[in-house]
Amino acid sequence: MHGLAAHWSGPDMSFNIVDFLFSLVQLTTFDYLRAVWEGDMSPGLIEAILDVIAILTVSTFLLLIVLFLIWLERKVIARIQDRIGPNRVGGRFGLLQTVADVLKLLTKETLTPAGADTIAYNLAPLLTVMTALLMWAVIPFAPNVIGVDLNVGLFYVLAVSSASVVTLLLAGWGSNNKYALLGAFRSVAQLVSYEVPMVLSLIIPILLARSMYMQELVLAQTVPFLIVAPLSAIIFFISALAETGRTPFDLLEAESEIVAGFHVEYGGMKFGMFFLAEFVSTLFMSGLFATIYLGGWRLFGLERLETFGPLLGLIVFFIKMFAVYFVFIWVRGTLPRVRIDQMLDLNWKFLVPLSLILVLVVAVVDKLIPAGAGDYYRAGVHLVSNVAVGFVALELLRRHAARQRAIYEERLVRAHSSAAEPEVMAEAAH
Amino acid sequence: MIPLSWYLIVSAALFCIGLFGVFARRNAVAILMAIELMLNAVNINLLAFWRYRTPTEPIGLAWSIFVLALAAAEAAVGLALVISIYRERDTVIAEELDTLKY
Amino acid sequence: MIQQIIFIVISFLTLLMGWIVVTNRNLFHAALALMGSFLGVAGLYVLLDAGFLAAAQLLVYIGAISILIIFAIMMTRRLMQTSETPFNNQWVLGGITSLVVFAVIAYVVLQVFPWQPGAQPFGAAPEVPGAVLEASVTQLGAALVSVDQYVLPFEVASVLLLAALIGAIVVAWPEKKE
Repeated sequence: MHGLAAHWSGPDMSFNIVDFLFSLVQLTTFDYLRAVWEGDMSPGLIEAILDVIAILTVSTFLLLIVLFLIWLERKVIARIQDRIGPNRVGGRFGLLQTVADVLKLLTKETLTPAGADTIAYNLAPLLTVMTALLMWAVIPFAPNVIGVDLNVGLFYVLAVSSASVVTLLLAGWGSNNKYALLGAFRSVAQLVSYEVPMVLSLIIPILLARSMYMQELVLAQTVPFLIVAPLSAIIFFISALAETGRTPFDLLEAESEIVAGFHVEYGGMKFGMFFLAEFVSTLFMSGLFATIYLGGWRLFGLERLETFGPLLGLIVFFIKMFAVYFVFIWVRGTLPRVRIDQMLDLNWKFLVPLSLILVLVVAVVDKLIPAGAGDYYRAGVHLVSNVAVGFVALELLRRHAARQRAIYEERLVRAHSSAAEPEVMAEAAH
Repeated sequence: MIPLSWYLIVSAALFCIGLFGVFARRNAVAILMAIELMLNAVNINLLAFWRYRTPTEPIGLAWSIFVLALAAAEAAVGLALVISIYRERDTVIAEELDTLKY
Repeated sequence: MIQQIIFIVISFLTLLMGWIVVTNRNLFHAALALMGSFLGVAGLYVLLDAGFLAAAQLLVYIGAISILIIFAIMMTRRLMQTSETPFNNQWVLGGITSLVVFAVIAYVVLQVFPWQPGAQPFGAAPEVPGAVLEASVTQLGAALVSVDQYVLPFEVASVLLLAALIGAIVVAWPEKKE
């Protein structure tokens, strides 16, 4: 893409540590290794080895960064709640706290409850981690670093994330526990319903970029899609919160109210794997948001620099991803948990109609803009139409809320005036 | 280097497994699952012929998308019927649902 | 060669899972095997260079239909633990019929298309540039809404889905008991 690959093609190259380190900085190590091994091995074997290296690197990195993410989350939440957070293990900042936690989980006995469906029970944690890792295959980390640039990139993400729903049912059913099963049912209901606004909001970036290739989605963002289509970004963010089961949508495993949801029967590292998958997929949602709404590795053409461009792109991508991740934590520290009826109402009565209308509006507006228009002109028109749709939606929501409040207050007044009638009280409390 | 006939044989085998399921299972949900298998076999056929005959035209792709939509509709209505029957008759065994015979 | 091995492994697993679906006594395990079978079919789609259909298979069959089936199984749960045979009394006849159908199809297929890899015609997938295959998704998108091609079936499919949606809700709606 940037002519960097040509740098490493030469006859009879031998391994050289300086060149190797330089290729690491350039993020062209694979091209370098390909050039070095050329002739020694068959091309198929080289590609197979490189694929294994790539998969191992990404998955090891993800599994290790979860340690950091958990620490970060606890620390930030503690700060928001005016506490200190972990501060004993590993120095003043408790850096090794999660390492200790993981060691504890690893040394626990892995037990299977009596009467459990052994296949389903043991398969579920594995599949959860697998689907969480699989989605990273299409994330573009840098201009020249991506697992596979599929022609159905974004669609692939949706497909894999929808397949992850299965693991919840496996876990819930396999545990032979009715609370686990009920929890699984509720989780599946939540995930399946929030998939709808998620898919619909992701159609808009595809529409604007006219492509499902992840790299082309990044390249299309001369103006980041967060500015072109802010409403779609907000809908995606809300559904991503629900899809990963984080506060305010964590009512299914609400730690402070009920024990847990579908994974109530899991202990030791099997539980740890569910935990791990949750963090990996939250980080993935941040990465996806950064890729399709914040411009991925792009930042004012910084990535086009000759030598350090790709590395800077990688750093920019990571900064954006962690910024989004921080917002996830922030939301968790700020918002209270919703009730299940509120959660379903928000989805089916607000987000789904809104995103359907938004898809229509964006498609029509995009068609109306003359073909030769510049990127900024296009972005401006889309921004205005998005804000208009958002304003109307919020106004309707406000009126609905006012009506609901009036009904509620009327009930409350009635309840106060005739306090002798307990059933009216109960109704008002509901 | 996979011959077209291999795909067709696999698809035929899957179709016949599904057919056997439809003939032999007693539970209505199991029969629906077998029908899904048969629809999948049809899709393999469509895509194999698309790849070997007209890879430059999206004919097979389009029709397999329609099969997919049809399968989704069929599953939704079929399972709704099963649940409704279960509520009414307390059974989903196909042989016991024989009121129309008499 | 590697492709052939992958093909054989995937299709063997698909057929094995399919067999489990129709013979397993435990309906939940049958549904799990059904998912495995769907996954195998998605693998075959990838081998056929139909990545879009493979993703759609994952999204629709595994993400939606299988979940629906498992929900239905669990809602009719009492029948799951019956230890009686999963087959009715015509299963021998059904098995013979299926075998005959398979034999006929296989015979016809092998009469028309060669069995050996590489034989002409249809012994191997025709060579098509990768760019053309990758563009098939774009082509498909255009074809589905083009007036000359598939817009009518597309709209009919949408109406069908809407009808199924409403129908399923109406049929499964619990009757009010006074």
